Amino acid sequence: METKQIVYPGDKIDTGDLKPRNGMYENNSEYFSEYFGVVQKSEKFVDIAPFNSPYLPRVNDKIIGKIMDIGATMWTVDINSPYYSLLHMNDTPWHVYSGDLTRYLNIGDYIYAKISVSNEIKESWLSLRDNGLKKLETGRIISVKPPKVPRVIGKSGNMINLIKNETDTKIIVGQNGFIWVDGDIENVKNAIGAIKIVEKEAHTIGLTDRMSEYLKKLKGEN
Amino acid sequence: MEGNIKLITDDGLRLDGRAFNEMRPVKIQTGVIEKADGSAYIEWGANKIIAAVYVREAYPKHAQNIDRAIVKARYNMSGYSVEERKRPGPDRRTMEISKVITEALESTIVLEKLPRAEIDVFIQVLEADAGTRIASLTASSVAVADAGVPMRDLVVGCTAGKADGKMVLDLSKDEDNFGDADIPMAILPRTGKVVLLQLDGNVSYEEFNEAVSMMMNAMPRISEIQRDALMNKYNIEEGE
Repeated sequence: METKQIVYPGDKIDTGDLKPRNGMYENNSEYFSEYFGVVQKSEKFVDIAPFNSPYLPRVNDKIIGKIMDIGATMWTVDINSPYYSLLHMNDTPWHVYSGDLTRYLNIGDYIYAKISVSNEIKESWLSLRDNGLKKLETGRIISVKPPKVPRVIGKSGNMINLIKNETDTKIIVGQNGFIWVDGDIENVKNAIGAIKIVEKEAHTIGLTDRMSEYLKKLKGEN
Repeated sequence: MEGNIKLITDDGLRLDGRAFNEMRPVKIQTGVIEKADGSAYIEWGANKIIAAVYVREAYPKHAQNIDRAIVKARYNMSGYSVEERKRPGPDRRTMEISKVITEALESTIVLEKLPRAEIDVFIQVLEADAGTRIASLTASSVAVADAGVPMRDLVVGCTAGKADGKMVLDLSKDEDNFGDADIPMAILPRTGKVVLLQLDGNVSYEEFNEAVSMMMNAMPRISEIQRDALMNKYNIEEGE
């Protein structure tokens, strides 16, 4: 693996032969970072991966949202983003009548939903019509910073599966940084603790191994 | 009034023992407010200031800009921050400072990346000791970077002024109160563009140039402190 270069806003990015993609701006055909983050070079592109950034809605992201407001035909949903999202009554698996939305989802309820439409001014619409999408009835919700989500999930899900198996909980990770954890209260506590550690140490190396040890230790104590 | 107060001692040092071009110690810390999207705490000499950044959809809806974000900085002084109690709430001076900080930040934030949004920067002065507008701006720009809001550069600020007929860097409270001039300035270090420049008092053309060159020399040091502050939160081991 190549070394990771840390950049601050305004730092010049040496793109080489690669195409600059996310997190940069151009000035006199030179590129400069827009974030405090690390440079990520893939086969074709250079990106800046910020250490922290607000979640911006992207089509097909599966997210966890909280119902904030109820209209005649739509719910307003907080998706851990500067922008609210909307869920129309026809995009649910239920047969909802206009003005009767509270029968299905109330303010404060959480849903696991998919972003079906998003536009250039960051308006977005959610849908509950897909496999696994539902209202989250039990469990607990925690939030992590959106850029840390890939680390919480791990390579092909190995980090989250590790936490799930070792703590014996059910976990759903939304792309927006909301995470749903369900199970026995002690197990949920352990899982949340583990996720918080992953979030805090997301940039370190060999985290999966350390996590595995940490969880095994927790199990031993119980 | 100037005749009665000596701001420069006989051995050529200032009242607090600093040289003409010496700054007060600056310390910045990020991530001090858990619930904020980004935050920073700055200690600039005896100044103690907290800045917190929140990004959200602008409200009410008619206040939204369809193609870019709105920046709203709010500078607020605590009642206990100065020697004589400051009457709380916005006044002419704090509104002016809020405005200049807002405009300085607007020039560096990539507003088009967050359409319809509002970037709230709340600045609370806990202790004031001259140069709070620049300290606030320096802290706010770190807080905005900490929040992950796209920005073109980190704003760096510094002050200079005239005390006892000499140009000095980073005015202290006494030099600010009893000196002849006070020049706060903020730049974008990459391009050297000026985003804030004010002048209170009287200086000649040469004196002004001297002040600017003194501030320009100090900027890289402050810039370095800002970067260290951002880095410290993550405590990253460089390389692999």
